[in-house]
Amino acid sequence: MEFFWGLFISGLTRGSIYALIALGYTMVYGIIQLINFAHGEIYMLGAFTALIVATVLTMYGLTGPAVLIMASLIAVLYAGAYGFTVEKIAYKPLRQAPRLSPLISAVGMSIFLQNYVLLAQTSDFLPFPNLIPEMSWMKPLTGLMAPTEIIIILTTALIMILLTVFVKLTRMGRAMRAAAQDGNMAMLVGVNVNRVISHTFVIGSVLAAVGGVLIASHVGRINFFMGFLAGIKAFTAAVLGGIGSIPGAVLGGLILGWTESFAAGYIASDYEDVFAFVLLILILILKPAGIFGREEIKKP
Amino acid sequence: MHKLKQSLFISLWFVFLTFPLLVIRVDTLNKVVEWRWRNMWYVAAGAFVLSLAWRHFLEKSGRVMPQGFTVSEGKEEFLRWVRAHTQIRKGGMVLAAAFLLLSPFFLSTYHTNVMTTALIYIVLGLGLNIIVGLTGLLNLGYVAFYAVGAYCYALLNHHFGVGFWTALPLGVLAGSIAGVLLALPVVRLRGDYLAIVTLGFGEITRLILENWNEFSFGPSGISHISPPGFFGINLGVRANTSYIYFLMLGFCFFTIFMVRRLQDSRVGRAWIAIREDETASQAMGIDAARAKITAFAIGAGWAGAMGVVFAAKTTFINPASFNFIESAMILSIVVLGGIGSIGGIILAALLLILLPEYLRVFSDYRMLIFGSAMVVMMIFRPQGILPYVRRSYEFHLQNDPTGQVK
Repeated sequence: MEFFWGLFISGLTRGSIYALIALGYTMVYGIIQLINFAHGEIYMLGAFTALIVATVLTMYGLTGPAVLIMASLIAVLYAGAYGFTVEKIAYKPLRQAPRLSPLISAVGMSIFLQNYVLLAQTSDFLPFPNLIPEMSWMKPLTGLMAPTEIIIILTTALIMILLTVFVKLTRMGRAMRAAAQDGNMAMLVGVNVNRVISHTFVIGSVLAAVGGVLIASHVGRINFFMGFLAGIKAFTAAVLGGIGSIPGAVLGGLILGWTESFAAGYIASDYEDVFAFVLLILILILKPAGIFGREEIKKP
Repeated sequence: MHKLKQSLFISLWFVFLTFPLLVIRVDTLNKVVEWRWRNMWYVAAGAFVLSLAWRHFLEKSGRVMPQGFTVSEGKEEFLRWVRAHTQIRKGGMVLAAAFLLLSPFFLSTYHTNVMTTALIYIVLGLGLNIIVGLTGLLNLGYVAFYAVGAYCYALLNHHFGVGFWTALPLGVLAGSIAGVLLALPVVRLRGDYLAIVTLGFGEITRLILENWNEFSFGPSGISHISPPGFFGINLGVRANTSYIYFLMLGFCFFTIFMVRRLQDSRVGRAWIAIREDETASQAMGIDAARAKITAFAIGAGWAGAMGVVFAAKTTFINPASFNFIESAMILSIVVLGGIGSIGGIILAALLLILLPEYLRVFSDYRMLIFGSAMVVMMIFRPQGILPYVRRSYEFHLQNDPTGQVK
């Protein structure tokens, strides 16, 4: 039971992170039908920025929650800025181009960002300081899970609620849903679709950066390649839940997290990463629209 | 003036963006922070110039117009001129052929090896071109088929002492089977799902090769693979290098010939039709799923063959040779050369392999340049360096000297 509980919690933690990244994929895909391959790189950039800011701040004598808050805020700010810039450079000029063009552009952007970090920083793994301290209110739970796990699960839940409120109730959220349903029609009724797309990229990137900072504090080390696998897996989660659907991305992330965690625990830990891909291929064969996805009108 | 102001703003934006990563470098072990202020000025100047150029070219290509999707024809006069003059084209071909045939005799072993690598990438590029260029299916895991071919030969050679010439067709077969296995479940899916599944497939293959120690000897790989045999004669190192080079050269010409024939064949025309419009092609009676599986099988077969050659050439393989970077590299050869264009792919493969080899500066920034080149090419020149020329027929009335269609 103890073993099961451990796997359950680690799956939930992992799944929360996948869900955070998957939201960016699913929202972007919902509006412009593009797999944003560079999204995993934004997550990695978030973690790197947080590490750099935290180290510099610690060097100047700051300690405690101030470092955590400053580092996370700056990381999130930068990730949003990167997401915005990437969209403007690599995708916006290709809005009207054939489907393959933005996809290749996205792959190029992903390779570019990875190597940018590799050349600007290092190719080695960097130790990431544990920014999340053990706080007194966590006492009753620490026997069951690590403090970072508590924070990851709570933060994700909070973000999901905020995002749902944002998409359901605000003006921008409504514009996003309109653009996702039918971009041209939304444009006709006066929605500034380009602005909506920019907002979507910024929000997605912010979520990915939050995920990046959280997982980096949990795992304790980062490198320039961390966004690659996380990105593919988060995309798997988005497809699993039904691409374009926000609750789908969350559910997909959690299912993927648990699948990986239990499969690694009970079947074979060496093949942890393989299970995600096997799951992806299985979904695509059995139910390509995903759990919450709308069935597309199929050609006969 | 307005443009300059805008570029200044963009330059400031990029200084802000790159500040934490390019200016600061932290050494977390020794708790030292290094400030690289010089990089900031490079970024500022670079971003300023690039943003001016970017804007200029965007306006020229007509992409800034919200409603206009016009891929500019560009200035292709030179290319057209070369194409029109058969003597020049033939002369160039003879020169190139002479160089290719004679190079192992005056180049050192090292350089011959580099040339062989370039030839391998040409063939890989042409193989991937069948899938990506002709059929329009983005495959991000092409290296998996390459790995299948290489491991097929390496394992058969290690366990049963199978020779190169026996393994070559087996490698092709193994590659094709892997291609069909991957294609079967996913051909009915949309193009972008296919991209991510192929990416996943490439990673699975590498992870299995890395972790299944009993089967593939794990990360340490397989060494002492026999080089290709030459009628049972034991060749020296130099002769052997030249031998593999000529083998590859022959293979390369064979591939070019085959790909050209395939393009014009029935299945080739079906591929191009699917790329252009899948629904319309199905309406014309093309079995799209079957044509796509064929494309995967044939494209993957080539990668399998190249895997066998690669294993025989290096006599040592390990999973690290078959990572995503390799797939990305082959894809960028196809994209930069011109999707669907044979000449372009040959040129791009030569550029992408030989430049980093001979310009050390280039090799550090290789992937950075590939990545940005993929983005820039898609925006400014989606047709590639040497664009694919569509076969076109004109209708001429027999008795009309002006040759205009009436």
